[in-house]
Amino acid sequence: MERKNHIISILVYNKPDVLARIAGTLGGKGYNIDSLCVNTTTQKDISKIVMTTAGAQATITRIENQLQRLVDVISVDDLTNVESIHREMVLVRLNLNAQNTEAVKIAIDTNKWKIIVSGDTYVIIEITGDQTQIDFALARLEPLGMTDITRTGLVALKLDD
Amino acid sequence: MKLKGTQIFLEALKEEKVDIIFGYPGGTVLDIYDQFFKSNFHHILVRHEQGAVHAADGYARATGRVGVCLVTSGPGATNTVTGIATANMDSIPLVVFTGQVPTGLIGNDAFQECDITGITRPCTKHNFLVRDIEDLASTIKEAFHIARSGRPGPVLVDLPKNVMAMETDYDPACVKSRNHEVAYKPAPKKMANVLDMLNAAKRPMIMTGGGVILGKAADELTRLARQYQMPVTGTLMGLGSFPASDPLWLGMLGMHGTYYANMAVSHCDFMLAVGVRFDDRVTGTIETFAPNAKIVHIDIDPSSINKNVTVDLPIIGDTKATLRDILHYLEEHHYAPDQASRGVWLSEIADWREKVPLTYCPSSEVIKPQYVIETLHRLTEGDALITTEVGQNQMWTAQFFGFDRPNSFISSGGLGTMGFGLPAAIGVKCAFPDKHVVDIAGDGSIQMNIQELATAAQYNIAVKVVLLNNGFLGMVRQWQELFYEKRYSHTDMTYAPDFVKLAEAFGVVGLRATKPDEVEAVLKQGLAVNRPVLMDFRVAREECVYPMVRPGESISQMTLGSREMIN
Repeated sequence: MERKNHIISILVYNKPDVLARIAGTLGGKGYNIDSLCVNTTTQKDISKIVMTTAGAQATITRIENQLQRLVDVISVDDLTNVESIHREMVLVRLNLNAQNTEAVKIAIDTNKWKIIVSGDTYVIIEITGDQTQIDFALARLEPLGMTDITRTGLVALKLDD
Repeated sequence: MKLKGTQIFLEALKEEKVDIIFGYPGGTVLDIYDQFFKSNFHHILVRHEQGAVHAADGYARATGRVGVCLVTSGPGATNTVTGIATANMDSIPLVVFTGQVPTGLIGNDAFQECDITGITRPCTKHNFLVRDIEDLASTIKEAFHIARSGRPGPVLVDLPKNVMAMETDYDPACVKSRNHEVAYKPAPKKMANVLDMLNAAKRPMIMTGGGVILGKAADELTRLARQYQMPVTGTLMGLGSFPASDPLWLGMLGMHGTYYANMAVSHCDFMLAVGVRFDDRVTGTIETFAPNAKIVHIDIDPSSINKNVTVDLPIIGDTKATLRDILHYLEEHHYAPDQASRGVWLSEIADWREKVPLTYCPSSEVIKPQYVIETLHRLTEGDALITTEVGQNQMWTAQFFGFDRPNSFISSGGLGTMGFGLPAAIGVKCAFPDKHVVDIAGDGSIQMNIQELATAAQYNIAVKVVLLNNGFLGMVRQWQELFYEKRYSHTDMTYAPDFVKLAEAFGVVGLRATKPDEVEAVLKQGLAVNRPVLMDFRVAREECVYPMVRPGESISQMTLGSREMIN
């Protein structure tokens, strides 16, 4: 069966070990988590976890069932085939020198990337976008003196309730 | 009313109608034990914490209620892990209370500290660390609710010492907990599908599992099978959910299932699988399991559906309610099996049964383990609660002790925990003091928790150990015989204690039989005395459990021992 990337949105009670339960359940059963984002929702006692994982549909269904069994899990939603928006963010540090400064400036201006900190020898920029946009940006930045990045997991929100 | 944590603990247990607790004291639970002393709570002191969990587990399996135990922190807690994992694999409702170091010391590697909630996360249904006295009563309530609701399972509650010493207001009427019960919704469309499939079927059968016992659905299942003349096979965990004395009973299926059960599964065209999870020991190779059958799978846990075997019609629901709905629907729509085709199917099964009955070669020289079990069944008239250890003793019991009632066969199925049977029998006997409670054991397994003989002796819990002593780790030896050219690597257990003397040293009656003609007398004597008894039966050393499906083969390919391989 065809392996596909899936975006799974999980509502959980905001308990200290809920993330360990989810990670442990998936890890213990041999499923891989590709990316993960966790934070509270509009209700303080409820958190939302957005997770991406790859697998055939049968595997994904198993993952959903396993998660649904957990006492602190309220709901599990596969957003892959639902109309939803997706964003990731990446922070990128670029080291500046006589050769690349001009090229970096042009790249930042033309792509409308956001400078967070600008030093004498480096610049840190923030980029948000969907996965393709981030991948594209990183490919552009790679030859321009990119020395470190931190990339978030994917967040997603359904268009309709 | 202001109460201390330890007092709230006891009140909360009374609210849950806990009438017995199995445990072992230690530093972090001293205050709770002091409350036991003052209140005279019914507590059984085991000799090892693993024994406490198995005893609570046996109690739960025999009664259908939640089993409870209490241990201290650190090693007390880690010693419970095998017991918890055993209960988790078989979906047994338990609440395990562990002491914990004071909250201020958690994370500091304090004396007897361990992260027991972390350790048991993968082998509990859920667990809690109570950090605040205000949460104590509601957590205990929720723990019992989680343990018994839906697909049951063990829940661990970790109790830091300082939290238990704090005081707060307690009013049982005001204790709230989350609700985890999923309401069962009848699905008329699915009932119609079941009827259609049954109407189309010429060779229908039922496969019953542990979910039928846990769901208290044995009556419904039995009615369905008898009313519509459907033969029934069962998993190890399902034994007793359909009467073994009924002609429709085919015995257990799978690796050590009967020839006729496995042949029926391999030839049926419709299977109603109730409360089972299609374990690999049951299915053999998945591709050849019930290859011609439309399978309807009833289970309360959606994660069991299509996990191992892909089924045609899953019905997620409580086994009792679902079977009732099916019965009702079939009656309402006047379902009647086609007599001619049903007759052909049943006679086909009868032929298999006649061709290869479940049997063994009797001997007048050496005690056959199967003979001991058959004799035990005859002497008790089947009216006994039987626990087992794991291995050959367990399989022979499953094959040769016909279980007519649910909750009467108590065995570690999923995890296969050696050392389960004796402490489990103690728990069972505490619940049913007037019943025969017998642990059918092997000489390897019994040594794993033999210290619990002291528990039985101290409280005069009159469990009977029927020790099938072959001086081997018999099942492993059997695999070595069949698959490793008899290289008996580390399975010879000839170096063993004198079990009769050992029993006597514990204050337990010790009896021995070395010849077949002594078996009945020893069993009679052992059953008659109202004290714990260990009966040492020196059985045939290299007897194998047959039939056997070799691992990785289809269940229609059975090795039948002295007979030729038949398929």
